[in-house]
Amino acid sequence: MSGQEATAPPASQQPLLSVDGLTVLLPVEGQQRAVLRDVSLQIRPGEAVGLVGESGSGKSMTARAIDRLLPAGAQVQGQICFDGADVGALSGGQLRSYRNKVAMIFQDPRAHVNPVRRIGDFMTEALRANLGVPIADARRQAVDMLTQVGIEDPERRLRQYPHELSGGMLQRVMIAAALLTGPALLLADEPTTALDVTTQAEVMAILDDLRRSHGLAMLFITHDLDLAAAICDRTVVMYAGQVVEVRRSELLHSDPLHPYTAALAAARPEIAQKASRLRAIPGRPLSAFEAPAGECAFAPRCAYAQPSCLTAVPELTELDGGVSRCGRAGELRGHLEAAHV
Amino acid sequence: MSEHEGAGSTAPVLEAIGLRKEFGSLVAVDNVSFAIPPGRSLAIVGESGSGKTTIARMIVGLERPTSGTITACGRDRSRPARSARDRRRRGGEIQIVFQDPYTSLDPRQTAERAIDEILRLHHGWDADRRRARIEELTELVGLDSRQARALPKGLSGGQRQRVAIARALAAQPQVLVLDESVAALDVSIQAQVLNLLADIRDETAVSYVLISHDLAVVRQLTDDAIVMHRGQLVERGLTAQILDDPQHPYTRRLRASVPRPGWKPSRRQLVPADSEGEVR
Repeated sequence: MSGQEATAPPASQQPLLSVDGLTVLLPVEGQQRAVLRDVSLQIRPGEAVGLVGESGSGKSMTARAIDRLLPAGAQVQGQICFDGADVGALSGGQLRSYRNKVAMIFQDPRAHVNPVRRIGDFMTEALRANLGVPIADARRQAVDMLTQVGIEDPERRLRQYPHELSGGMLQRVMIAAALLTGPALLLADEPTTALDVTTQAEVMAILDDLRRSHGLAMLFITHDLDLAAAICDRTVVMYAGQVVEVRRSELLHSDPLHPYTAALAAARPEIAQKASRLRAIPGRPLSAFEAPAGECAFAPRCAYAQPSCLTAVPELTELDGGVSRCGRAGELRGHLEAAHV
Repeated sequence: MSEHEGAGSTAPVLEAIGLRKEFGSLVAVDNVSFAIPPGRSLAIVGESGSGKTTIARMIVGLERPTSGTITACGRDRSRPARSARDRRRRGGEIQIVFQDPYTSLDPRQTAERAIDEILRLHHGWDADRRRARIEELTELVGLDSRQARALPKGLSGGQRQRVAIARALAAQPQVLVLDESVAALDVSIQAQVLNLLADIRDETAVSYVLISHDLAVVRQLTDDAIVMHRGQLVERGLTAQILDDPQHPYTRRLRASVPRPGWKPSRRQLVPADSEGEVR
């Protein structure tokens, strides 16, 4: 896809993961409904990419598709390549070994851990079962990794059950467990959303440190534009199952390319000052299947929409090192009312 | 709405003195006092375990303080209501909107009927008057006529939260407690609801008690704030002042933890695992 050229890696550095034209349909009430439409993105080795959007934007579904965790009956078009291999074609042992290289952490760690198994069993399972590491070795690695995520007295933690740990500590355990199999890419689906802000800051700091020291790439999924912009190299913004913008994170607030990104940033209240009224976006976010066919999905809510926006789905176009799915992107460049910087 | 306070118009609409709540050996709220003058709004800021939700529950009467008093519109409410009439009167003083609009509404009740139920309970109005008021309230919160006749399952999260707000306003409370009421909403919807709450305050002079961990939302909606940490009130003052120039180390840490462009999260010096990492 042409749009990716702008942010493509140098020839020497091939993308670790590339998603190309991914469309996913899920069966809902007997009908196949689109949840993702023509999603393309690339992640280079060691790169942190943010994936931002509101409810129904398809951000979590994108991560599930990448990890081959889509619900039964999902219909998938397009291609996902990891390290040169077609992810859609993997099966059995190949798929297990892929998931060791592409680890995932979730918003609610309690929903993804067996409450009656000890932390140690949970953490060492993949090492023992998939990689054949002897148990004593696996436990040593787990202890080492718990220390790296800042957990004290790790031997005792291994003997504890999930309910004995706070949410912040359990999420650190999940990060440690995810890193144990030596992944090259971490899919982090709102890993700090359920945590307190001070805990979020600590978990993000740990994630950031470890990611850098292990040379790990990350796809960081969040509804929080500010958080993504702060910790990711590039940010992908999704709306109604489509990618609408890809931008270097430091330019996301000061120089957005898509009206939705600008509007999303402007709608957030500011901690530094009170506004008489916020610049709210009218209407509500749409899911992919609700979006009107043959026009820009954001047009009905867009302050810059023109009749031409309703005649075709805009293509992703390159602009100043980023990508925008807005028919007026070039003309609006520099005029989009950006949020506080 | 505050003018009928008459001579007592400078008396606080809500006052808590020496509020304490124990759950077994745990002190959830320890000696907390605050007062809300008429027409002003107060933020209770804190994270999980800070005691902020316990305070909200004591204000609306879902928990009884172990000691201390809560006075609303000059009347004590630290003790359970003695009669249905007393409960109704309290409902006309304070209402609450919870975080989760998915569980706080009756799934079998349309928005109109949910509002009508409150109007019947609180005002001795005939059907025509109630119908007119339902129309006013649904219009005030921005629900169209289809949405007003829909069951909760046919509404989005933001729309349900509007129903919950309209329903709370139907009792014409002096104080509306917002317990993380916009926390679960999408950013674009959250902005709409915050603007709606600002409009309502301008039109009705209702006071908000905003329970929140989100400092930007707190700034947008409140005049005064108290900061809670592990059951203790650690800082109080004007919201703007607390956010611009936090004094207590915990408030500073909270302020520094908010992501913003250029923010680099930092690892706090690790505390002994037992003091914070474990569920107590």
